[in-house]
Formats: sequence, C-alpha cells, structure tokens
Amino acid sequence: MIKVEGINKTFKVPKRSTGMVEGIKALFRREHTIVHALNDIHFSIEPGEIVGYIGPNGAGKSTTIKVMSGILVPDSGTCSIMGYTPWKDRVEYVKNIGVVFGQRSQLWWDVPVLDSFELLKDIYNIREKEYKETLELLTDTLELQDILHSPVRQLSLGQRMRCEIAASLLHSPPILFLDEPTIGLDAVSKIAVRKFIKTINKEKQVTVILTTHDMFDIEALADRVILIGKGSLLYDGNLQDLRRRFGSHKTITVDYKPSNTPLQIPGTTILSKTEIRSILSVDTTQVTISEVIMKLSNTLELVDVSISAQPIEDILIQLYKEFEI
Amino acid sequence: MKSMKPYIAVLRLRLLNGMQYRAAAFAGVATQFFWGFIYVMIFQAFYAQSQTNQPISLEELVTYLWLQQSFLAFIMLWFRDNELFDLITSGNIAYEWCRPIGIYEFWYSKLLAQRLSSALLRCFPILFIACLLPQAYRMTLPPTIQTFLLFCIALILGLLVLVAISMFIYISVFITLSPMGSLLVFGVIGEFFAGMVVPIPLMPSWLQKIVYIMPFHLTADFPFRVYSGHIPNGDAIQGIVIQLLWLIVLVALGKVAFNQVMKKVIVQGG
Repeated sequence: MIKVEGINKTFKVPKRSTGMVEGIKALFRREHTIVHALNDIHFSIEPGEIVGYIGPNGAGKSTTIKVMSGILVPDSGTCSIMGYTPWKDRVEYVKNIGVVFGQRSQLWWDVPVLDSFELLKDIYNIREKEYKETLELLTDTLELQDILHSPVRQLSLGQRMRCEIAASLLHSPPILFLDEPTIGLDAVSKIAVRKFIKTINKEKQVTVILTTHDMFDIEALADRVILIGKGSLLYDGNLQDLRRRFGSHKTITVDYKPSNTPLQIPGTTILSKTEIRSILSVDTTQVTISEVIMKLSNTLELVDVSISAQPIEDILIQLYKEFEI
Repeated sequence: MKSMKPYIAVLRLRLLNGMQYRAAAFAGVATQFFWGFIYVMIFQAFYAQSQTNQPISLEELVTYLWLQQSFLAFIMLWFRDNELFDLITSGNIAYEWCRPIGIYEFWYSKLLAQRLSSALLRCFPILFIACLLPQAYRMTLPPTIQTFLLFCIALILGLLVLVAISMFIYISVFITLSPMGSLLVFGVIGEFFAGMVVPIPLMPSWLQKIVYIMPFHLTADFPFRVYSGHIPNGDAIQGIVIQLLWLIVLVALGKVAFNQVMKKVIVQGG
C-alpha cells in the first residue's frame, strides 16, 4: 500500500547570527548550513496496519509525513502510495488520504465546526448521503454532538482535536496520517482519541501512520514502530521485539524489615537502597527474576516485592543514547 | 473543466462570514465619509483657484471620489487577508496542500469573497447618502442606463483584475515571509498608478502614458470614469476588452508564479 524507498531530503538553512555586525554582514552574504532531514529512509506498510512513527524532536518525523502527504518534494528516492507518487499527482492522490497535523488547524476559526465540515464536503465532492452517514458515525464515536455548532475559537484543545480528526476523515480516506494527534491533550481526551483510532482501524480498515512523543499512544495503538533519529531509520519492527531487544531490564522493588546487609547479586544493579527498601534493576539476560527473588529472600526478611517491566519511555531514552541521537 | 463547486462553496462561506462584521462595516462607513468629504473639499479648493480648464469637471470628480470611497474594498491593494498571510508564515498551508483542489483558485475565491462581503456592507449606505447631499457634494447618477450597465461590468472586471494583482502580494510573501513589506511595496505603487492618490485625468500627460500601460488603472479609475460618463460608452467597451485581456494575462502569470514558489516552499515549523 505504502512503499517508501531511499528518500533523502536536505534543507538549506541560512545561518542566523546574533549581534549587529553579524546582522549587517548577513545583508550581503548569507551563509548556509545544509541540514540532512532525511537519510535513505525506506519502509513499506500494508493495508490495515497501525504504524507508530517515533523519534526525538527534529528527527525527521514530520518531514516524512510531509513527504508522504505530497507537501514536500524529496531530493531523491521514490515513494509510491496506492500507486501514486504524492508530490506528482497531488490533486488525485490527496483524495485518498486524511491528514491531521496536531500543531496546526484546518478548521475555520470563526465559524461553527459544521460549516467547516460542509466546506470540506464540497471540496472533496462528497455525496450528500455518504456525507451524512460518515458525519453521523464520526459524531457518535468522537462525541461531537454538543460542539458541532460552536465556533472553533470557543472549543477547548481536546474538543478541537476531535473535530480535526473528524474533519480529516469526512471523505473516508483509506489512509490516515496523524502527526502528533495527542499533543497537549489531557488524559481523558487522549484516551478518547486512541479509542477512536483503534475503532476506525478495526471497522473501516483505515491504515494509520502516527507520530507521537507519547509512548502510551504507541503502546495502546501500534503493533509496529518505526524509529528514526537524525534523519536515519534505526528500527522497524513490532513493539515486543523492541522490548525484547532493548528492554531486557526489569525493575524489582523490595520492602523488608530494617537491615543493613549489603546486597550483591550478579546481574543486578542497585538503583537505590535504604534500610527498609531497595530498588534493583535486573538484566534478565544474565539472571532470572526468580533467582534474584530467591537470593533476596535468603538474605532479607521480605515484606513486599513488586516487579515492573521497564517502561517504554526508558527504553527509548536508552535507545536514543545508544544511537547517539 | 474541473468542478467549480469547492470554489463557489468557499466564496459563499466567506461571504456569509464576512457579512457578520457589522460593527466594523459601520465604522468603515463613517471613516469613508470623513475621507470623502476631505477629498471633495480639497478638490473644490483646487478647482476654485485654478484658471485653466480642467480635464475632468468638478461634478464628475465628486462622483469619482464618492465611488472611490464606497468601493474601497474593491480597489485597495492593502486590503489584506491576514488569514492567508498566517497560513503562509505559520505553515498551516500544509493543510491547503492536502486538498484535491487548485490552491491558486481556492485563494482567489477567498480573496474575492472577502472584498465582496466588505464592499456589499459598505457601498450602499455611502452611495445612498452621497446622492442626498447638498449640491456641491452630491454624487450624480450616471447619464444613461447603458452607461450604468457598462459601469457594472467594468467594476466587476476591475475587481477580478485587482484580486489577480493582489495574489502576487501573497505569492511574494512565500519568498519574503514578511507580509508588511510586500503589502507596502504593492500598496504604495499600485494605488498611485490606480489613481487613488491623484485622479488619473489630473496627472501630467507623460505620467498618464505610463499609467495606461499598467493594469492598475483598470481596477479603480476606469470603472469610475465610465460611471460619470467621462469615458464615452464606445471607449468603455474597448476598455472592458482590455480588462479581460489583462485578467487572462495576470491569472496565467499568477498561476505560473504560484506553482514556482510552491515547489520551493518549505513548510514552516513542526
């Protein structure tokens, strides 16, 4: 469905220097730096997949989305989505995609949400009957009944984002690009958005590509993650593998009766230790959890034990460090 | 021929939306009256002092000035659409790209609607009252029905030409990213050559020659002089043909330029 091969994109950025003298110099001669935003990016996505596209700020996530939605033309490489090259067949191609840029708005600020929707209906030339059906479905699942008639400027960010998502799905596109759809939302709205993405993916087989910094989004939605950093592809695979490969550490928190016995168990590192509580990080490739607990109970009088997997956030931090991005 | 539906839809929405700003329109009417009176008085003084015969009669000139004030939204290049500037400078234009429509045409419709809605709210009160003023300030009716019809055609075509010119302001913002700079350059030059500062008939003849080569006078000066009968009907028809030609040229050039900047553009931020 989506095939991206060897995409490169560089930006020429004029160097901005501070200070009066430098500023005057810049009037006559601009120095430029070349930023490699994307380096030989390649992946392919099958219909019906939800793919999480992750990476630190400035990694090139949005640039990739922009290339895939036909906004940016890459320097080299090919991209074929449903048989179209996005930046070449723009008008024909964009009928098939829905895009949400979390940091931007496609709704008209001063008019009721419904007016914006009506305009989109005409822009996409959606038939009356289909429009009504889709709108009804979207209104129900995103709970828009009460806000459809309010001007966008009166909506909260969470309400607005739900409307933005609805707006990008009015023409029932088979592909949906979400660029940080949960940015700035509170927990309730985030969950609503996630649930909705899951629903349309299941029921309408919409292929979803989403970028986010919220790892709970990824955990809740994506079976597959693509990690990029500094413009290069670093990892492409499912979340469990990522955990297995980079998240082999578990954290054990033990509470015990006051004791000063030093804890030295091979394969673990002590994250913190007091008289009554220790937190250990266990490398499960070296030692199993049960061994560690056994050793602990031999030396200490245990009160409580809890084991947690390393949160995906930590895995990412570790990954970013490992790849130096 | 591609469907016109999206463009008509955006025109309609914009028009309805723009008509809501009644307070702004009321203030606009008051301002335009103020300026109208000042201009009329300036030219009255000017005509009273002058010995020679002027190329345009005072009566025609007063009508010309009131038309200028009523249709300000049709003729002023600085009349801007901040939303489009924001789209360009903030990067929200990304969304416009993801629509299956021609963006030039889409923006053209938006700009047209904005000027239409603004003028519709303002022109009628000004025209109505200007026709009831005492003799010296009064706006006269066009000499014949034919003249009036020609004026309507010329005014609408003038508006279309103006919007085509103003598209270049927005195109230039893609390169400069500075709306104010582009506006100033286009505003000052365009309005001078459109006869907004000094009516064109009062300009020296060498300057008139330059003015007539450019399209700006077709937006304001030409339709207003058709109205007062200063341009005879025969010449008016000729002028309308020239308007049409300019419109075609400007739109064609605009689309080429637009596609050029679009290719180069880097969507700002995020």
